Amino acid sequence: MSPRLTTPAALCALLLGLMALTQSGILGQYEQTILSTMGIYMILAASLNLVNGYMGEFSCGHAGFMAVGAYTSSVVGVYLFVPDPFFGQPLLPMDLAYLAFPVILAAGFAAAALVGLLVAIPSFKTRGDYLAVITLAAGYIVKSALENIDVVGGPRGFMGMKKVVIGMEEMISIPWMLIWIFIGVVFTVWILRRFVYSTYGKGVMAIHQDEVAAEIMSVNTNKMKLVAFMLSSGLAGLAGGLYAYLIGFVNPASFTILRSTECLVMVYLGGMGSLTGSILAAAIFTLLLEFLKPLEQLKWVAIPMLLIVLMQFRPEGLMGNRELSDIFPKLKRFYRFK
Amino acid sequence: MALLEITNLTQRFGGLLAVNDLSVHLEGRELCALIGPNGAGKTTVFNLVSGFYQPSDGSIKIGGVDTRGMKPHQVTALGVARTFQNIRLWNDMTVLDNIKVSQHYRLGYSLMDSLMRTRRYIDREASIDRTAMELLEFLGMRELANEFPPNLAYGTQRKVEIARALSIKPKLLLLDEPAAGLPSSDVVELIKLIEWIHKEFDLAIWMIEHQMTVVMSLCQWIKVIDFGATIAEGTPEDIRNNPVVIRAYLGDENI
Repeated sequence: MSPRLTTPAALCALLLGLMALTQSGILGQYEQTILSTMGIYMILAASLNLVNGYMGEFSCGHAGFMAVGAYTSSVVGVYLFVPDPFFGQPLLPMDLAYLAFPVILAAGFAAAALVGLLVAIPSFKTRGDYLAVITLAAGYIVKSALENIDVVGGPRGFMGMKKVVIGMEEMISIPWMLIWIFIGVVFTVWILRRFVYSTYGKGVMAIHQDEVAAEIMSVNTNKMKLVAFMLSSGLAGLAGGLYAYLIGFVNPASFTILRSTECLVMVYLGGMGSLTGSILAAAIFTLLLEFLKPLEQLKWVAIPMLLIVLMQFRPEGLMGNRELSDIFPKLKRFYRFK
Repeated sequence: MALLEITNLTQRFGGLLAVNDLSVHLEGRELCALIGPNGAGKTTVFNLVSGFYQPSDGSIKIGGVDTRGMKPHQVTALGVARTFQNIRLWNDMTVLDNIKVSQHYRLGYSLMDSLMRTRRYIDREASIDRTAMELLEFLGMRELANEFPPNLAYGTQRKVEIARALSIKPKLLLLDEPAAGLPSSDVVELIKLIEWIHKEFDLAIWMIEHQMTVVMSLCQWIKVIDFGATIAEGTPEDIRNNPVVIRAYLGDENI
């Protein structure tokens, strides 16, 4: 098979395999939820890696962007398809839900990207710790804004998204959320890979390695920061949208600093500037959270301990700044994912 | 039209007068130097010309275009390239990528092209790759293309930085102490390289340099500054014998 087709073929096989496993009941609701959560974490980690790993800035407000995406997607979906005391009767019949879902997610992406733009502007002049504080503040602003908007339920949260998912499943009975999340992960990796492998996107790495040289050697650093922040926060918004429909409920308490910290942990666990590292780290992190559940509260002692050990012995993260294909160069023969 | 026209340039940092009423006129194709004691404001002049600082007073025109208010990347696009006193290559990128990323001002495709991998993207990337390799080939550095800068000898890193500056096709090349930290054998090679670049490429070279062997053997015209102000300018012969320069900078024994 030509290398051009191997990756799409493998991905389709994987998706079909997943669907077969769920339809035959081998993957129950519980396993599906874990896989879906894993997928959402993968999107979050990979997108944050663009700013923290590739661009070398320290953004710790990823949960804020996720929240913007989650709420926007929720509101758009409910407005379009679900009767709601505030938004009134739905605009469209539920039969169209499975077709309109990408639009719902795109709305979340766009809204989060716009908020990312607002954070990118201070990054023109500020960097390092100061920018970290700004992103932290942005996360808090988003959270307290949501707590004070009554239309979306304030601190109680907002729901109705489950009805959209049920609507999709009534039309065609397949595990819709798992499929959408799978597509979301593939889209994220695809878009980020293309970005960071282009000469255009490598400008981001030039900023990381020497910003002064980047500016002098004709990289429009402000524009690159803008693009990187918008892309990263947009993808976090996409993850937020998927999360909202997976859980069926969003509230501001889901998007605290703890969530941003989880994203940071995955990026550093996987290795800065490594997409495969982020993906791997998200998988490991989700499984850790799940398998250590019997420990209850002690879980939050065990996981940070593991992290400390990792940082002691492998401070560059699992993958360093290498990709899987750098470690196994033979892989390159089998795919061309550019 | 003059390549570089600096008129009454002044730069203040708080109470410090770093550059004081400096004027320079370059027609193009010159090979000249800016010298002076440490702290005289030489690098500040280069930072002003490359758009890194905004002048407090006076104007800089490159090819007739006033660069006031321009960002460094816009000034670079006008054809001004420079190297740095302490080498500033991107160390986690290969030599080839160092050169390719420096083509940002003329990539000729947009973000969308890069995400969608359009025809335009593929063509432009191929041509950027080709011209970068051609330049390395021309400079005899082809085999370095996939090396990472930290693995190279110091002198080679200098050469790579000059190659990166040349890759933006400059009309004016600013070299900030190209011989700093080089052993004397490499200095001889550097002199040959600069001479060769000046002959082969259609550009003017303006360098800051402390090693008088480099300056005196290469430059047709030298400007000497101290405390940000011009104290002398002229041919190497004039400068060598100028009592003011000898007192402020060269010293009696130096030549």
